[in-house]
Parts: sequence; C-alpha cells; structure tokens
Amino acid sequence: MTAEEQPASQRQRTDPYVGQYAERAVGMVASEIRALFAVAARPEIVSLAGGSPYVAALPLDGVGDMIGQLIADRGEVALQYCTAQGDAGLRERICDVMTLEEIRAHPDEIVVTVGSQQALDLLTRIFIDPGDVILAEAPSYVGALGAFASYQATVVHVAMDEDGLIPEALEEAIGRTTAAGRRAKFLYTVPNFHNPAGVTLAAGRRHRILGICQRAGLLVVEDNPYGLLGFDAEPMRALRADDGEGVVYLGTFSKTFAAGVRVGWAVAPAAIRDKLILAAESAVLCHSSFSQLTVREYLTAQPWLEQVKDFRELYRERRDATLNALETMMPPGCHWTRPGGGFYVWLRLPDGVNAKAMLPRAISSRVAYVPGTGFYADGSGGQYARLCYSLPSPDRIREGIRRLASVIETEIELRDDFGPAPGIR
Amino acid sequence: MYELDRVVVLAGGLSAEREVSLRSGHRVRDALAEAGIDAVVADADAELLTQLRADPPSAVFPVIHGASGEDGAIREVLGLLGTPYVGSVASACQMAFDKPTAKALVAAAGVTTPTSVTLPRETFHDLGAAAVIDLIIAKLGLPLYIKPSRGGSALGAGPVHDAAELPRALLSCFAYGDIALIEQFISGTEVTVGVIDLGQGPRALPAVEIVPGDGGYDYAARYTAGKTEFYVPARLPAEVAAQVARIAVATHSVLGLRDLSRTDLIVDETGTAYFLEVNVSPGMTETSTLPMALEASGQAFGSICVRLLELAAARGA
Repeated sequence: MTAEEQPASQRQRTDPYVGQYAERAVGMVASEIRALFAVAARPEIVSLAGGSPYVAALPLDGVGDMIGQLIADRGEVALQYCTAQGDAGLRERICDVMTLEEIRAHPDEIVVTVGSQQALDLLTRIFIDPGDVILAEAPSYVGALGAFASYQATVVHVAMDEDGLIPEALEEAIGRTTAAGRRAKFLYTVPNFHNPAGVTLAAGRRHRILGICQRAGLLVVEDNPYGLLGFDAEPMRALRADDGEGVVYLGTFSKTFAAGVRVGWAVAPAAIRDKLILAAESAVLCHSSFSQLTVREYLTAQPWLEQVKDFRELYRERRDATLNALETMMPPGCHWTRPGGGFYVWLRLPDGVNAKAMLPRAISSRVAYVPGTGFYADGSGGQYARLCYSLPSPDRIREGIRRLASVIETEIELRDDFGPAPGIR
Repeated sequence: MYELDRVVVLAGGLSAEREVSLRSGHRVRDALAEAGIDAVVADADAELLTQLRADPPSAVFPVIHGASGEDGAIREVLGLLGTPYVGSVASACQMAFDKPTAKALVAAAGVTTPTSVTLPRETFHDLGAAAVIDLIIAKLGLPLYIKPSRGGSALGAGPVHDAAELPRALLSCFAYGDIALIEQFISGTEVTVGVIDLGQGPRALPAVEIVPGDGGYDYAARYTAGKTEFYVPARLPAEVAAQVARIAVATHSVLGLRDLSRTDLIVDETGTAYFLEVNVSPGMTETSTLPMALEASGQAFGSICVRLLELAAARGA
C-alpha cells in the first residue's frame, strides 16, 4: 500500500502504559547527555568521565585461580542464598578493613549491600518521605542525588571550600531548614577525596561538623569510597570513629578491589541496622553469596593491602599527570582542585562557559568529562566539570586535557561572540 | 532472489547519534532474524575493514546516523572495498546530509522550503555577532528555527520566538557543528514521509504525523516511548497527503538517492507543504517513523529489510 491508497488515520502508541507511570518516573526520559556518554565509552575518546577503577592493575590470574578454588571448595555456599545482613565471615573482614580508619565495629553492626549505592538507596527508603529534606555538600555525588530524587527528597546543598564542608554553612542550612518549619532527615557527606570536588574534610572541622549535627539531632551519612586511596598521608580518622550513634558509615570494595563484584556495606546504629536489613530483604532478598565470598577470600588470602598501595601509586601518577597538564594547557580563567587522593579533579571553567553546553563539542573533539550540572540537585553547576583520572594512562590524560583545552578556547570565543552560555547561574 | 550468505548491519559510529544508531542496528538485526536472515551488528571502528575483508558479506545494511554514516564517508569506503550495501551512494549522501545543499537542490526542483540563511560561526565572529543577528532578524523575521547544517535527531536544533533567544540558540547549534542553518519557522502539522524503492522506482509510504508534547519534537520526544503521538497516515486532506508524497519522491529522485530515504516536512494552515530535510539513513528504533509507516501499511519491516539487502547484493558494489 502507498500514499495514494490510505485508510483512516490511526494513532500509533509507542508506549501503551503512558499515563500509568508513577510521578517519580516522569523525569525518566531519553537525554542528549546520556547519548553523548554512549560515545564516550568508545576507545577513540579520551574519557575523563566515568569514575571507574583501573581493575587491569589487579593480579587477574591470581584472582581467577582464587575464584576457581572458591567454587571448588565452597561452591555449595557461594552459589546459594544467604542472609540479608550478609556473610558473617565477610563482615568480620570488613571490621578489620575499617580499623585502618580507626572504626571499632562489631560484625553485627554491619549490613552488606550491593555496592554502597544500595546502602544509599536503602537509607533513603527508610528515612525519606516525598518532600523530606536531605542536606548534602555542594556539589554532591551524582549517584546519591539520583537515589534521593527517586524517593522525591528535597536536597539542600551546603557549601564547601578546599577544606571540605564549611561548618558555618552547615549551621546556616540547618537553621534555614528549621525556620521553614522542616527538619532535615540526615546530612550526606563524602569527607575524603570528595566526588566530584576532590577535596577532603579537614581534621579540624570533623569534630565541629559532628558537634553541629549532634546538637541538631541530625544523623550523618558518611560515604567513604576513597578513604584508603590517599596519596600523601595515612587514612584519616572516620567520622564514625567519633560518633557510633550519630553516624551511618558506608564503605565499598569498588575502588579498593573491584567495582564489578558490587560489594559495599553500611555500619549503622542498631535500630537503623535492623531496618536496613528488612529493607534489603524486600529489595533483593539477599545479596550475591558468590560476590561476598569472593571478596572475603580476597581479603583473607590475597595481599589486598599491598594492592591498595599499588593502586595509590598508580592513581598518584595519574593525578600528577592531570594537574601538570592542566597547569600547562588550560586557558586563563580556569581553576581546579588539587586532590590528595581519590579519582577526581573539579574544574571550574571561565565565566560564561557552560560545561554541559560544551560537551557535544568535546565529544566531537574526542574527549569526555562529566558536566557539573549532574552534581547539583537543582541542575546548577554548569560552570564546572568533573575530570576523572583513574582509568586513562598518563599519556592519554595529557592528550585528553590538550583536546579539552582547545574546546574550552573555542567556547571562550563563542562566549565573547554570543554572550554567556545558557544555564549559567 | 539473491542468496544472502552473510549480512552485516553497520551501527554505532562516533557521532552524538551513536546510541540511536545502535538501537536502530539491533532492531534491523532482530527484524532480519525474524525474516530468517542471520545478521551481525558491526561498528565503524578500526576492526571493520579487517572484518569485512576476512569474511566479505553478501551485503551491508548501514544504519549509522549522523556524520560518517550519513555524509557518505562509510559508503565511500564500502565502495572502495567492493562491498554491496543498502542505500544511497556516497555522492548523493554528501548532498543530502548537508541541509542547505539539499534545500537548494530540492527548491530548484520547484519544492517549497522555508526561507533561510546559512552561516558559519566564523562569520559571526569576524563581522560581529550582534550586527549579523540584527540582519538575520530584519531579513527573516521571527520566529526562526535554528539547526546545525549537518546532523540529526534535533541535536543542537530548536525554535527561536524572541530576538533575545537567538544568541543562545546559535550557541546550542554551534555545540554540534560549525555552520548554522537559520530558517523561518513554519507553524503547522509536522509530517515525515518514508520512500522505499524495491526495484520498481521510489514510492512514498503513508505520511506519519508527529504530535510532540509541550517541549516540541526534541531529542527526548524522539526517543522516549510515549512522549510523542504519531498518526499514520497523517490526518491530512487527500490532496495534501498526495502533495507530501510527491515531494518525498521528488526529493529522493532529485538528490539521486537509492533504496530508502525519509523526508521531513511541515504543512502550514493553508495546506502548503514545506521541505525541511531528508535522511539517507533514517532511524529504525522502536519510536522511529519509517518502520512505523511500513508496519502501518501492512508491510513487514523485516521482509522489506531483506528485500533491500537482496537488491543490494544483486546490484553488487
């Protein structure tokens, strides 16, 4: 049949369930940014975007042998259900890991989760009704903001500087929230080698932050994926180490072992822990026994702490390559943080240049980063970009920053011609 | 009937339309599988030539959108390899992919297209953006529609209703390309018409009417199922439906296109149809209009893909 012989027009339904989705699904739409990230994954692109660990540095043969032996010896356990709280042996090992940050915990206090992302989801699930307030650093981890948004939380950002969260800004935010007749349910913070800002909460501020939260009755959620990946000093004392009742600590093996095993954990006061276990049961019944026993075996039989040291050296070299390249290549008007560990540099672009608007040109120039807008609940932060140096080699980092500098120079010219980019706040 | 021993669906690429292309490619592969043809999806990367040389396919079905897929580059390489492929030859793609060139050629054949100007960003820089913008508005008036001269999926494209919006729209446009096509905005019914040539000459499929939500037919509206309503055939008077079909076939012929194309048009309140652009590698996703038009007209998408591959294989390189 062709155009000359048409029947009556019919409406084509590409989704028969339109109108039936929950309100929280309204924003789940195709996006240009996601389309651009699909290109960023190609090897032709120097990706300074995703926060992926360099797992190629692991002793993969040894890990493979270890997993083979695990299945041979304990396959009936590794391939079976387990409890929602997680494998008891792994929880013991986790307690050992946390002593490096001076946390003294009992295995019963720990809930194993699918990465620390699931811990964020479960915490938000048990604390947040739509519209409830969460305080979080400005900027804040995009994955946490995504979890908060999925439960329709209201995020109030709290300013940071090069020493991390600013105590006065926290007090002010608590006061402002209270004055509005609302109470924040918790403070979400990434104190060490912050994602995306790259800064660390100064030792001198830690007690002040805890004191402010204690006085306000505000629970602290301490998310610490990068704490063992400091380049220049021993790991800092965790917030949890100083307040066992007021802090929920989230950890993960994604950065110190392998992101693919998806094993994280939460250490929480007993009442919260019990609810987390029940919430985990309803979410996933239990976590992967195989992954948990793999991590347990890795911590028991492999020189994991030596591997962490290797990771630190590797990431230090890449951090240095990033900072040197930025120093020599970035045009005037750019500013960036100098992380003492972790994966990220937070780049501030010249006034009037928008990292989100610039991304298509960057991808065309074969370099990728994450625009700052993803790290603010209100979509501000357009003047910032997160650069992640964990995955590319130092040579690729230099090449990527060379390309990025050229893109920024073009954007400066466009700004001068047409005015500030859309979305600059 | 030509035997299809091995079929490669070419999808991906490095443009911003990579994700869409991969979805198109997987859908074509699945439709071919339903029609009894095993096909593999391959990316346009450093492995491709080795792969095509080592195991030459009967034919390639390119569904790479955006640059390299639609500007003729990949097809030129397929020609160098002597690999048969579905779709237009490189020289025709070059003309079709460059929107101002396609507009000029189609207009010369008597088709109405919105009045426009085409300007590279250097012109704004060299002559002063404000002065050039003033000239544009004085000449074309408002509202306008801005889009990169090359590219698709509405990336970097959008309407301008107020003079103050034009600099920002140009910035968005220049993020995706260095040349802007600035058209008078025509308000009306948005339609798209697929053209298929199965060996008996190009024939128009029923027009698909596009009714986007409040945000217009932007990227999200195109690729989020349910965000846009489609009517097939378009709710047009018979004479207008015939007119848009004629324009689509004329476009296909004037530009020397082959096998398949999709022409986008807008019909204003007087019933005048305006040519907007033509696609030599139309989207084949679940929300794309060409497969929709095929299915709505009773033609199985998979069997049409098979027929196009058979024609390509029989035609040779």
